[in-house]
This record gives sequence, C-alpha cells and structure tokens, in this order.
Amino acid sequence: MSANPAMPPSPKKILCFGYGNPGRGDDALGPELINYIETQELKNVECICDMQLQVEDITELTGREKIIFIDADMSCEAPFQYSQISARKDCSYTSHAMTPEALLYAYWKTYGKEAPPAYMLRIRGYQFELGESLSTAAEVNLGEVRKLLRIWGSDMNSLFINNKIKD
Amino acid sequence: MKENKKRQNLRRVAIDPITRVEGHGKITLLLDENSRVQEARLHIVEFRGFEKFIQGRPYWEVPFFVQRLCGICPVSHHLAAAKAIDQLVGVEQLTPTAEKLRRLLHFGQVLQSHALHFFHLSSPDLLFGFGSNLAHRNIVGVIEDYPDLALKGVKLRKYGQQIIKAITGKRIHGTAAIAGGMNKALSLEDRNGLLENINDILSWTQEAVTLNEQIHTSHAENHNFAAIQSHFLSMVDGEGALELYHGGLRATSITGEKIFDQFDYRGYQEIIREEVRPWSYMKFPFLTELGKENGWYRVGPLARLNSCDFISTPQAEAARKRFRAFADGGLVQDTLAYHWARMIETLHCAEAIHDLLHDPDICGTDLMVHSNEKRKEGIGVIEAPRGTLFHHYIINEEGLVEKANLIVSTTSNNQAMNESVRAVADAYIDGNEITEGLLNHLEVAVRAYDPCLSCATHALGKMPLQVELIGASGQQVDRLFKHSDGTIER
Repeated sequence: MSANPAMPPSPKKILCFGYGNPGRGDDALGPELINYIETQELKNVECICDMQLQVEDITELTGREKIIFIDADMSCEAPFQYSQISARKDCSYTSHAMTPEALLYAYWKTYGKEAPPAYMLRIRGYQFELGESLSTAAEVNLGEVRKLLRIWGSDMNSLFINNKIKD
Repeated sequence: MKENKKRQNLRRVAIDPITRVEGHGKITLLLDENSRVQEARLHIVEFRGFEKFIQGRPYWEVPFFVQRLCGICPVSHHLAAAKAIDQLVGVEQLTPTAEKLRRLLHFGQVLQSHALHFFHLSSPDLLFGFGSNLAHRNIVGVIEDYPDLALKGVKLRKYGQQIIKAITGKRIHGTAAIAGGMNKALSLEDRNGLLENINDILSWTQEAVTLNEQIHTSHAENHNFAAIQSHFLSMVDGEGALELYHGGLRATSITGEKIFDQFDYRGYQEIIREEVRPWSYMKFPFLTELGKENGWYRVGPLARLNSCDFISTPQAEAARKRFRAFADGGLVQDTLAYHWARMIETLHCAEAIHDLLHDPDICGTDLMVHSNEKRKEGIGVIEAPRGTLFHHYIINEEGLVEKANLIVSTTSNNQAMNESVRAVADAYIDGNEITEGLLNHLEVAVRAYDPCLSCATHALGKMPLQVELIGASGQQVDRLFKHSDGTIER
C-alpha cells in the first residue's frame, strides 16, 4: 500500500509501543507511560498506544532503529524489567495476546528480513478488573520508570538509544 | 439445552479458556460412563461490570469511555453509545455529513474486525484443518504457507485502522461521535489518502469472499459441523436491505417467516428478554414472543445475510445471492457459513467505503445538530461486527448515568454457541485421550461466532488454557496445559 497521511512516510528512529486497556486497572501501565513519554516531545521518538498487539502492527516496525514495547506484566519483578527480545515462533493465538516476539517473527516471515532491534519494558501490575484504576503498587512502579526517565530528562533519546534503562 | 440431573456418575472435561476468541471462556463437558456427552456448557464470565463501569459518568463522556469495554470493537461501542446520547439531547436526525462520517467509521471498523477474524483467527483452522499441528495452526503458519493471503489480511486491517484514525484523530480512544453529530470533519488530504488504496481493498475483499465460498461449498464435512437450527435477529433498512448502522429490527424464524419486522429498536425490551442462569455470568436472551425455551436466536453475519432481502452494493449482493442459493433459497443454517457471510459483509464494507469516499458530503463541515430538548432515556442500537448491539442509558437531572443496560452481540449468541458446542461434542468426543486437535473442534465451533468476551487485558504471565478430565469419582484422570506460547504440557 502506498503512503498516506495516516501512515507517515518516514518513521522516527525509535518506536515506543505501549499497549493495554486503560479501563482495566493496571493494564493501563503501558498507555500511561506512553502518555508521559509523549509529553516530552522527543524528536526521534514516535509513540503508539493500543489495546493489544495485532498482526498488522508489523507495518509500524519498518524503518526503525529501535523498538521498545511497553506492557504491564503480572509475573516480572517489581518495579520493572527491561530486556532485549528477539523473534520467536510461538502460538500467540488469542487475538488480544500476540506477543512482541511473535510480532517480530511475523515481520521476518512477511518481509523476509529481521525486524529492527527490539526491547521489552515490563512494568509490574497486580489487578486488572474492568473499571478499576491503577493500583497503588502499580502507581509506585510506574513512578520508578518515570523517575528514571526524568533523570535523563532532555537526553531521553540517549537513554533509549544506549539502553541505559536498567533494573 | 439438555440439563443433566444425575451428575454423580459423570466425568468432567474442561477447556479453559478457549483460544483465539477475544477474551476468555471455558467449556465443560460431562461424560457418562460410556463416554457419551450428557451435558455441554460454554461458560463466559466477562460481561459482569459493564453497567457498573458506566454508571455515574456524565452522559457526554459515555461514547468515549465505552471504547474501553473492548479492544477489538471499541468503535462499535462508541457509535452505539453515541446514537443513545443523540436521543438524550433530542436529536433524531444528524446532518448528512455527520451521518456519513459515522457510517464510514463503522464500515472501517467492521472491515477491520472481520479481517482480523478470518485472516488471523479462523483461516488457520479452515486452511490447515481443525486437527492439524498446533504449532503451525496460527497466523504465523498462514504467513509461512500463504504469504500473499496473510499480507492482504494485514493490509486490510491496516486500512480499517487508517479510516478510524483519519476520522477520530487517534488510533484508539478518539472522540469522533458526540451528542448530535461529529466533532471534526474529514480532511481532503485524509480522504485522498484513503482513496489511494480503495481499489486494492475492493479486490482483496472480493478474493476473500471467493476463497471462503470455495472452502465452504467444497467441504461437505463443514456443512453439518456444529449444525443447529435457529431463528435470526438483525437490523434492516426500510426496504429490507442489509443495514449495519441504522434501521428497524427484523426477526426471522427457523422456517424463514418474519416474526417481526421494522421494529423500532427503542422498544427492544418488549421483544427481547434475558434469562439468568447460575453457571454463567452471561445472560441468555430470547424473543419474548417465543419464550425462553424456543426463543433463542443468532445474530451477526449469518443472521444478517439470512434476514436481509438484498444488499445495496452490487458485488456483495451478487455474493449474497450465491450464498442464499447454496441453501436453495432457504436459510443458511451452517454454523461455519458464518465465515463466508462475514467475508460478504467485508466486501460490502469495502464497496460502501468506496462510495462514501466519493460522496461530496464526506468532507463537509456541517457536523452538528443542536437541540434544547433534554431527555432522560436514550437507546442506541447498531449492527456491530458480531451482531446486534444494544446500549440503553437512563440519566438523572445532573446528566449522570443512573442506569445502563447493554446487550452485546456475543450475549445474543450465547445459547446458540452452547447448542453448537453440544453438537460438536456429540459428534467428536468419544472418551479417548483428550488431544489438542480434538478439543480444537469444540473451539472451532465457538470461534465461528467470533465471540468477543471483552477481555482486552493481555498482561503477560497468564496461563491461557487448561484442560482437565475428571473421573466419575472426582479424581483427575487427565490434564492438559496450553501455555501462552502455545506449548502443551500434560
């Protein structure tokens, strides 16, 4: 498909892709962090927010130097974990649970080349009921990520580019 | 559905949750000592809390908030709610541009949702077989074996997303529809961008119809799979055409007669009742006139294709005629024909999008109708991808939602899904070792309805599938885990 106004022709170097349902408690962690990063107006960072990863999201990965997926996680250590991920053929078969690794694999099989380097920022969440707001503990974890981003402030690009976010 | 009173000598098979449907559900089967299915139930525990989620919110915020009910069809909830709050402010008729923009948004959403269901969720079953290798029976397998088809599916979904973004300004949770109209015009630039690809979209949706038609008509074993006989409910326009955005309700009986027609949906409580059963949070709607035993019905693409007299766009109408000819002019009751019907609707959406993008009103700026009237009650109904969707709100003097009632499409299909599960269980479960392929037959039956269990929570680290076989004495005979990466552990 050719480019059009809804799909910018030259994507920014870094893609931050946060996902989760803002109406389901701690599932809002991904979208909340994306909202924060957007306020920083970083010239090399594009933010995307969605409820879940879908196969068509492979089209968002093209032309990037780095991709950072951001999601709530029920099993990681608090406050967050940040690690590189790679394409993996799994069977994320539920429509709402295509994993980032499976998305990278789908990219590879579709375009015949590896996706750009990708990282996963998992923020520990605890409760996911419809209508709930962020839990207190999740707020604390989100605050820890924001604090780290604030320390780097205007040099957030460097933070992402050099992978200086560590747990 | 058959309810078994003597459960002590039955063993239980649980499939929890069902995969490749939107959300989580569980199937339980009760087998007797001869391994015959005595009872089959689909448990869905998701819709609890919808009304509570909405209560207390200002009515003008409702179309925005209800998008959070579901990650797959937020636009459907958005538009159904918008139609309801139009009534709250006394607006019966939108401006031509506002109505066309809402329709364009809706067609984009339906196209995207239907494309997801076929290309991502159902095509692995249909192309590889219900019992084929699990590791391959998924979207990645489709990409590997049918890269051209898979890429077209990806692009169809992307196109639907582009329509949504162009109209709402955001990828998700935009604010397009507001009480009395729309809040922003479609720019010429966006319209022209969407026009660039519409011919490809038309071509691909036509191919998808051809593929599904070929799959269904050439596989005789699919015709009776999960086969049930049901009534159908859907909206039609004033002339009886397929209508996805606004019209009257029509119910068609098993024998093809109209139970009612052109019924004003604001009186839906007269014609539909909802039964509560203790083992499921999801209600069981039925047509009041026929009673709870015989009044259950199906909604969605199969219902719409069976109920309507014609489709207003030429290619989809030609496809509809072939669809109905398959049943010699009668009703197509095959559960797996949902997929074929779904693709005919996708083609219709593509044609309708094409026409709307060429409509001079679509980039108009007359977007709002203002009224000084205030009402306490508003009801909005729309044909969402999965079927007829009802939003009903009552507000107080402060404009806060006091009461909300939603009948989502999947709820209307609740009894039908249970009946289909039972039909498949009767045919395929023979008491042998529980295999993933065997269990997938049950899931295929449920997936045909494209149920949305509204679970957009996808946090990592959850166990997506658990299967248990419990003997008559209560001990665990067999157990199967399907992990989130698809690996199986016994």
